[in-house]
Amino acid sequence: MSLLTSHPGTDRHPGLSGPTDQGAHTHSAETMVPDQSRAERTTSYAVADFPVPHGREEDWRFTPVAELADLFRDERTGLCLDWAEQLPEGVTLSTMSVADWQASGAPKPGDRAAAVAAAHSGGVGVIDIPAEAELSEPVRITLSGEDGQLVHGHLLVRVGRHARATVVLSHSGRASYSEVLTLQVADGAEVTFVTLQEWEDEAIHLAQHDVVVGRDATVRHIVITLGGRIVRLNTNASYVAPGGSFEGLGVYFADAGQHLEHRLFVDHAVPHCRSNVEYKGALQGETAHTVWVGDVLIRAAAEGTDTYELNRNLILTDGARADSVPNLEIETGEIAGAGHASATGRFDDLQLFYLMSRGIAEEDARRMVVRGFFASVVARIGVPEVEERLMAAIDAELEGAVK
Amino acid sequence: MAVLEIKDLHVSVDTEQGPKEILRGVTLTIRSGETHAIMGPNGSGKSTLAYSIAGHPKYTVTSGSVTLDGEDVLAMSVDERARAGLFLGMQYPVEVPGVTVSNFLRTAKTAIDGEAPKLRTWVKDVKDAMAELRMDAEFANRNVNEGFSGGEKKRHEILQMELLRPKFAILDETDSGLDVDALRIVSEGVNRAKAATDAGVLLITHYTRILRYIQPQFVHVFVDGRIAEEGGPELAERLEAEGYDRFLVEA
Repeated sequence: MSLLTSHPGTDRHPGLSGPTDQGAHTHSAETMVPDQSRAERTTSYAVADFPVPHGREEDWRFTPVAELADLFRDERTGLCLDWAEQLPEGVTLSTMSVADWQASGAPKPGDRAAAVAAAHSGGVGVIDIPAEAELSEPVRITLSGEDGQLVHGHLLVRVGRHARATVVLSHSGRASYSEVLTLQVADGAEVTFVTLQEWEDEAIHLAQHDVVVGRDATVRHIVITLGGRIVRLNTNASYVAPGGSFEGLGVYFADAGQHLEHRLFVDHAVPHCRSNVEYKGALQGETAHTVWVGDVLIRAAAEGTDTYELNRNLILTDGARADSVPNLEIETGEIAGAGHASATGRFDDLQLFYLMSRGIAEEDARRMVVRGFFASVVARIGVPEVEERLMAAIDAELEGAVK
Repeated sequence: MAVLEIKDLHVSVDTEQGPKEILRGVTLTIRSGETHAIMGPNGSGKSTLAYSIAGHPKYTVTSGSVTLDGEDVLAMSVDERARAGLFLGMQYPVEVPGVTVSNFLRTAKTAIDGEAPKLRTWVKDVKDAMAELRMDAEFANRNVNEGFSGGEKKRHEILQMELLRPKFAILDETDSGLDVDALRIVSEGVNRAKAATDAGVLLITHYTRILRYIQPQFVHVFVDGRIAEEGGPELAERLEAEGYDRFLVEA
């Protein structure tokens, strides 16, 4: 018998009135038992196991699937993105065949786009960070598209036992890019992985990131999505042994015409592991749309689990829409803690008034409030170059909106 | 010598039943160095006067004028009013998550002065002002008004008054929610700021107890959106003894 609690109460705020994001809306009214456990979703290497989505499936219902036909096509393009890497000493880059990757027991694709990408990438780029390594500089991987080419990408990042490392993966330019990435973190390692989406307006980016957390390993998976026409990033975390910790942090900023979707699935199947998810997003402009879905499953064996997930959205202008759906599925009562919170609110005019009443010009006051909104999550990134880049990008987004 | 002049001010707010007039013709002149107390029962429009002068968008001025040294305050945006020398100490200061007190104070000071304060003197000024208001140094690292107690919020408002050095400060129920010790500390802060800059103060209060610490030269009794009676400090003493009933019956 499983205890299912789910809050699919979707926040839709087409120019709502009302107070600030601070507890403006919390999910409690609607409770629905989902028709299947999150664990029952199909995962497979076979593209044929995933019909082309029509948009009514649970996992595609928010996504503009009509614009993604190219990425669902079961066909190899042989194209790639421009690739640049900076590898600190000891870190290696190699390739692996798709067959070897499949045989390695890595997590399988969870939807059509990921299955297509995994099948047609032509090979897996493998970054190895050796055991015991203490990297003083981040591993940097920079991917960019130039002419909107359709690309299937496949990456495997392996972090050895007790290594300490930061990896920064950045995406920019124009492309239709479908990515499968596995982050394997061995026992006792500590890794911060940052993925930056700084695409140009026309880009489409679908991704599945699987984070596999070893015994007593600590993983911070940080998602920063600012650019792109459609970005949909599915992050799955699982644990191979007790003592693992997964932290999923996210920041996104959607302008008019952007669809930015982040889905997380934390699968607690092992006792005494920890997860904490915090995503914050801002929206401005007509048709700006963000989606956040946070699924957490605590299986019967996962006693002593401690998990929390939070999503907050700040709507800066009328016409933007934020969907936020936390789901918590619990199959054992023997846990340390489990909770979630979701709130979507309009920009708070009272905050603006307070700051302006101290002489601060409206534009500066607005920037302070938005920076402040993101501050709690940005301060936890812990990678100064990324924090600075992000804050500058947020300022630029706001300046772009001020006419 | 600066002058804040309020002439026949009418202000309304939008309600579900349509606009509702709150201020029905308020006339008041405050000069530098003067302290005016505005007293009155709840709902008489005291806070509306304060917010209207500061430019809160919720309130619509339907007629009348507010000028600062002859300049039309009502034509100014909220931030322009502050830069012109007006300060509103709020009854319910607003939380601004993720913005630290020190960042907020420095940004406000830079905006008011038109240039960034000199770092070394500024840090010392902030530290000294906080110490005099019995605020722990750690306070500067907290987020603006987030998790502040009622007393901390009021100290923080007066800290801003001391540092921003306005020509006129409107203090909206600064005494509410303060215990006697906090009331004394906050009042001393107001008196220090006044002495330092010869500011004019408009003290809005429901009770007379703050007037023991901040002595007004003028007392105005607000009833039903108008000044019902004016006088010197003796009027406050009479209100202390008699309450507002006399005015409410007349109204």
